[in-house]
Amino acid sequence: MPQILLIYLISSLAIFILPKWVDERKPILLGLINLGAFIFFFLGIPFISGQIQYTRFISWIPEIGLNLEFVLDGLSSIFALLITGIGSLVFFYSYRYMKGYSRTKPFYFYLFLFGGAMLGLVLSGNLIQLFIFWELTSFLSFLLINFFHEKPEARRAAFQSLFITVFGGLSLLSGIILIGSDVNSYSINVWIANADIIKASNHYVPGLILILIGVFTKSAQFPFHFWLPGAMQAPTPVSSYLHSATMVKAGVFLLARLSPALGGTFEWTHIIPLAGVITMLIGSYFAITQTGLKPILAYTTINALGVLVLLIGIDTKLSIKAAMLFLIIHAFYKATLFMVAGMIDKKVGTMDINKLGGLLKYLPITFIITLLAVLSMAGLPPMLGFLGKELIYEAKIQSPGIANLVLFLGVASNVLMIAVSLFFVYKIFLGKPQPFEKKPNEKGPGFWLGPLVLVVLSLFFGLFPSILGSTLVESAVSTIREEDIIVKLKLWHGFNDVFFLSLFTVILGFALFFLLIKRDRLLARWRALNRSIFKFKLTELFDNTMEGFVNFTTRKSRAIQHGYHRYYILTIILFTSVLIWYQVFVTGGFKLNASFSLDPFYISGLIAVIISAGTFSIFAKTRITSIIALGVIGYGISLIYLYYGAIDLSITQIIVETIIIAMFALVLQKLPRFAKLSSSITKFRDIIVALIFGSVMTLIALRAIDIDFLDPISKYYIDNSMIKAFGKNVVNVILVDFRALDTMGEVIVLSIAAFGVSLLLQSKTGKT
Amino acid sequence: MEVLIAILVGFLYAAGVYMILRRSIVKFIIGIILLSNATNLLVFLSAGLTAGSPAFLSDQVSSQQEFSDPLPQALVLTAVVIGLGIVVFTIALKYKFFEVTGADDLDQLKPTDNQK
Repeated sequence: MPQILLIYLISSLAIFILPKWVDERKPILLGLINLGAFIFFFLGIPFISGQIQYTRFISWIPEIGLNLEFVLDGLSSIFALLITGIGSLVFFYSYRYMKGYSRTKPFYFYLFLFGGAMLGLVLSGNLIQLFIFWELTSFLSFLLINFFHEKPEARRAAFQSLFITVFGGLSLLSGIILIGSDVNSYSINVWIANADIIKASNHYVPGLILILIGVFTKSAQFPFHFWLPGAMQAPTPVSSYLHSATMVKAGVFLLARLSPALGGTFEWTHIIPLAGVITMLIGSYFAITQTGLKPILAYTTINALGVLVLLIGIDTKLSIKAAMLFLIIHAFYKATLFMVAGMIDKKVGTMDINKLGGLLKYLPITFIITLLAVLSMAGLPPMLGFLGKELIYEAKIQSPGIANLVLFLGVASNVLMIAVSLFFVYKIFLGKPQPFEKKPNEKGPGFWLGPLVLVVLSLFFGLFPSILGSTLVESAVSTIREEDIIVKLKLWHGFNDVFFLSLFTVILGFALFFLLIKRDRLLARWRALNRSIFKFKLTELFDNTMEGFVNFTTRKSRAIQHGYHRYYILTIILFTSVLIWYQVFVTGGFKLNASFSLDPFYISGLIAVIISAGTFSIFAKTRITSIIALGVIGYGISLIYLYYGAIDLSITQIIVETIIIAMFALVLQKLPRFAKLSSSITKFRDIIVALIFGSVMTLIALRAIDIDFLDPISKYYIDNSMIKAFGKNVVNVILVDFRALDTMGEVIVLSIAAFGVSLLLQSKTGKT
Repeated sequence: MEVLIAILVGFLYAAGVYMILRRSIVKFIIGIILLSNATNLLVFLSAGLTAGSPAFLSDQVSSQQEFSDPLPQALVLTAVVIGLGIVVFTIALKYKFFEVTGADDLDQLKPTDNQK
């Protein structure tokens, strides 16, 4: 199995290096690879009947419980067959459909890799591995939906789908990790084996909800359903693949996969069916008022996904059986109908249902194909869909707690589905013929080959359901329910409750259909009504929220990142001062050892001189006075150093001060005069800020005098200066002997500065 | 006396902060010099002040003798020299900058590269 995934990866990359004569036929080639994989999985069916599973285990990072596990059992087998089987038909169809488009290489690369990622997803036995494939399908579907990225609607739809599915993906990952922490493993088999521990854990409910958000976003469940109709911006083969076998089915797969580990609880059998039933109703209700072929189909997909989620949520033997069967049914008819829609678009040039009609005379084969597919969608005999609908009714009755609601909404939704199905085929093929610009014809078997295969299969299995039941469905149901279950499917169940319910649905559906075609205005009014009731669109809400968020962050960034240098400094200084003042306040008072004295008076006098020089320097009107005052400060400080026994320091300070003043004096003529740039209010504010900061620093200075955390290291230097370094001036010895390397570094810094200064002063640059 | 010098430190910090909040770049540089002086003095002060006895050893070694602490002096000495490097380089940079742009207002430097 891992080898198959490897083949997918390598062949998808190989698309870019194909020689020209193969390049034109690459969809055929890719379809054949899919077909090969399909045959592989098909031949595997006899080996995985019942609960038997075939696994491959590859150690990856076993330390953190991360391994590659590939599982082929009844459940993954159904999905794998659908992905590869429909995948190959989609590629054959694309060969015809995508002719004349540019950028086909990336298109096939995305589409093929997408199929591979989906296959990897359903074969994953480890949830982290599954998550990686899950995200891969999200990203690839983004690229596929965005294929016509010149169109703003395509970009918008692609962004929505990416945002929602990736958001769900992250939620799913959190859920997996949360629940995985209870059993110390991400392996699905371990989860299933420890299902009781998981369900008893405190993490169960939050973990389940997080996982369900992932499932609901991916499988377009209410309230995340709105990205799916947007996804039809993709080229039709993509929609066909996305809606039938891949992407949206990933959520359904995960639900089915996890149902033995997480299912059967109160939360499971209530949250999931509720979301499913609402989605089901929304899907069928909105399908009927759409005017485009693809939107109609997209909403019926939402309906079908709702049904699937509902059935898995009900979580009984029968409902799982119905779900697995319906999964196949839906994949068959939905892929068919999308291909038909694409074909009509190509042949007639429109997908607007009001501009179509009377195509029967031009496209008889297509008509038959569509009719059969639509019968399956409506759940009418003799198609497989009929079986599905009967089973679903039986299952819905079993839904615990909310059976009545589910059944009632189920009937309503099915009535709508029947009407939509009939309406779909009536509007396109029967009805009033419209004037077409070009006469459509049946040329190009590439268009109808795929759909034909699917409807024939659908019809065949409808007539002989036991073939499907005893193989695929049986082992899938056994996998999910963890017991060997014999599935017997029959087309005809006899006259029972379900049959009459079904009959009732059909009659209502037909009645609604006739009502719709007899009274054109009714549908128009219905649409208008919908528009006025549902003014509030989730897609718009999503867009507005995103836009608002972006605006908010932009405003916030502008407020914080304003670009004014001094406000940055102001913020830092103020924040620091407030923080330190707060700390002083919290720590409380401290004793001041030193007392205030003016003795010796010449130092006090010196300090007074420095302070007045400083004040003068700050408020000086000219550069030269300011700098001279600065010099007074520097020399004054050097005198303080001198008095307190720091002779070397004092000498250095004098030299440095002299150099700085000389430097200033040198370039002074080239420097601008002081201009009055700030208003008095600004100055006043800055003085306040400066005083706050200065006062806090005074406080720190006073505090620092008395703090000795450790014995001063200085003692070591004093003791060893003579003995080890033979020097009497301890400061000097520290600098050139004990810490000579630091001084070396300092010399290097100064050299670099000197180098920079000389370069700056030498280079000649004209004014720009 | 420590209190007075602590007040001086506070004053120098206040003066430095006031100057770096100016829009003129020359004043900004003066602010940096003031801050650097203030910090040096703070480190020097924090070791405690001992008047009149530099850390010079006499021939007869007696560690009992009260020296002024040599370590902060060494640290501050390094800082003073590095400060010189920074200030001189900044002045040269400012000189060149003014020669090229003719601007002394920090607010004129507001736009970043990608905003121009």
